[in-house]
Amino acid sequence: MGTMLKVEDLQVYYGSIHAIKGVSFEVNEGEIVTLIGANGAGKSTTLNTVGGLLKPRSGKITFEGKDLHGMAANKVVSEGMALCPEGRRVFQHMTVLENLEMGAYTRSNAEAAETLEHVYELFPRLKERYRQVAGTLSGGEQQMLAMGRALMSRPKLMMLDEPSMGLAPILVQQIFDIIVDMNKQGTTILLVEQNAQMALSIANRAYVLETGRITMSGDAKELAASEEVKKAYLGG
Amino acid sequence: MLANLINGISLGSVYAIIALGYTMVYGIAKMLNFAHGDVIMVGGYIAFCSIAYLGWPPALAVLAAVVVCTMLGIVIERLAYKPLRNATSLAVLITAIGVSYFLQNAALLIWTSNTKVFPNIFANLPGLTLGDMQIAPVTLITVLANIVIMVALTLFTGKTKMGKAMRAVSEDKGAATLMGINVNRTISLTFAIGSGLAAIAGVLLCTAYPTLMPTTGAMPGIKAFTAAVFGGIGSIPGAMLGGILLGVIEIFGKAYISTQLSDAIVFSVLIIVLLVKPTGLLGRKVNEKV
Repeated sequence: MGTMLKVEDLQVYYGSIHAIKGVSFEVNEGEIVTLIGANGAGKSTTLNTVGGLLKPRSGKITFEGKDLHGMAANKVVSEGMALCPEGRRVFQHMTVLENLEMGAYTRSNAEAAETLEHVYELFPRLKERYRQVAGTLSGGEQQMLAMGRALMSRPKLMMLDEPSMGLAPILVQQIFDIIVDMNKQGTTILLVEQNAQMALSIANRAYVLETGRITMSGDAKELAASEEVKKAYLGG
Repeated sequence: MLANLINGISLGSVYAIIALGYTMVYGIAKMLNFAHGDVIMVGGYIAFCSIAYLGWPPALAVLAAVVVCTMLGIVIERLAYKPLRNATSLAVLITAIGVSYFLQNAALLIWTSNTKVFPNIFANLPGLTLGDMQIAPVTLITVLANIVIMVALTLFTGKTKMGKAMRAVSEDKGAATLMGINVNRTISLTFAIGSGLAAIAGVLLCTAYPTLMPTTGAMPGIKAFTAAVFGGIGSIPGAMLGGILLGVIEIFGKAYISTQLSDAIVFSVLIIVLLVKPTGLLGRKVNEKV
């Protein structure tokens, strides 16, 4: 299992605000890695920078040995990385099928058709509702759509930003089960979550982010058992 | 009565074609391109020069106008609007008005303020006789062109990958980027299509109302904007409906109320729509995210 994604000394600014202060981490092929931390710790910023939506001031992002520095976000997808953004951001006025087609924008129609079957297997709900306008789906369904849409590009690495946000506990469980399934089928996962308990329960390794810095890292089970993490993120 | 209705639909079809450009650009770039009307004028001049000075056949002249305006649209977007992608909407609006004046004055320099008389390029085509009423070929072609453009655009945005990508960009640029869609190129394409349509509208307008001067595009541009808002800005069928209704209202206003007041009537429509239904007839509610 080689290193798939390597982030070194990442520095990101929002105007004059220093949001990410030298974050380094790596994701190995086949892993589920999670970044946990409080609101505003810089989890989403980190993910958006890796995905190419934000430009880092300095630092290095290497994906499968290739330097992604300065690569436009729309090119990153073709490299085999997909970001399922915070707040789902499905195309509300487009149908479920059209959303999924957009996910496969960089691929040929034949390839997309094949992946579509696979996505429908993983999310039978989406198949049932393929003609429905995405804005009329429930929150859980929209999350499934956002994940399915990201899968349509056939990513080697899937980055998920707060997939549990605003969902009922039973749905959260369901979404996390699907994340584990995706991983078993060969997709490496980088997961950002506020729901630290759930995230640590499925991850292999974890990094704890605090005000733009990584303060702890290690095996997910060990971190879940550590007193510090328990106190700060697991409610005792 | 029927003659007025047909004239109204014809004029409205021109407004509709112009309004489509407004609405598509608004939908995708979230800006009002007030220079859009002046692109119509440029289209008119290009067609006029091709016919009058170069002796080209009308079909070729229309093609030349479309090509030039398409490129003009792309250049305007690249030079004037793209640098303002993250600026406030007021800055973009003022720039658009600036571009509008620039085009008008550039036309004044090139073509002088002398009114050109646009040739009737459909003169050899047969008209249609309904009872004792004659329908001019330009009227028929305008309505037909409007329908063809409407169907083509609906198919394009609904069925093709590029068209769907355009809708995706108009909804959420960030999410569209994550799909691998090149947002800048999509915006360019939208300006290209809108400006190409403006050229067609320019030729149709100048054939029906054959006086051409540097300010020719300004008034139809503003009225088409009114039509786009009336129908629901951002909506393609809305632009069509708004355009035709506005054309009919204008012609009926002229015929039955007052020739002088017809423009006032048209713009009252804008004010009333904004008061009663700010999203327009077919517009959808925009949920502003905070």
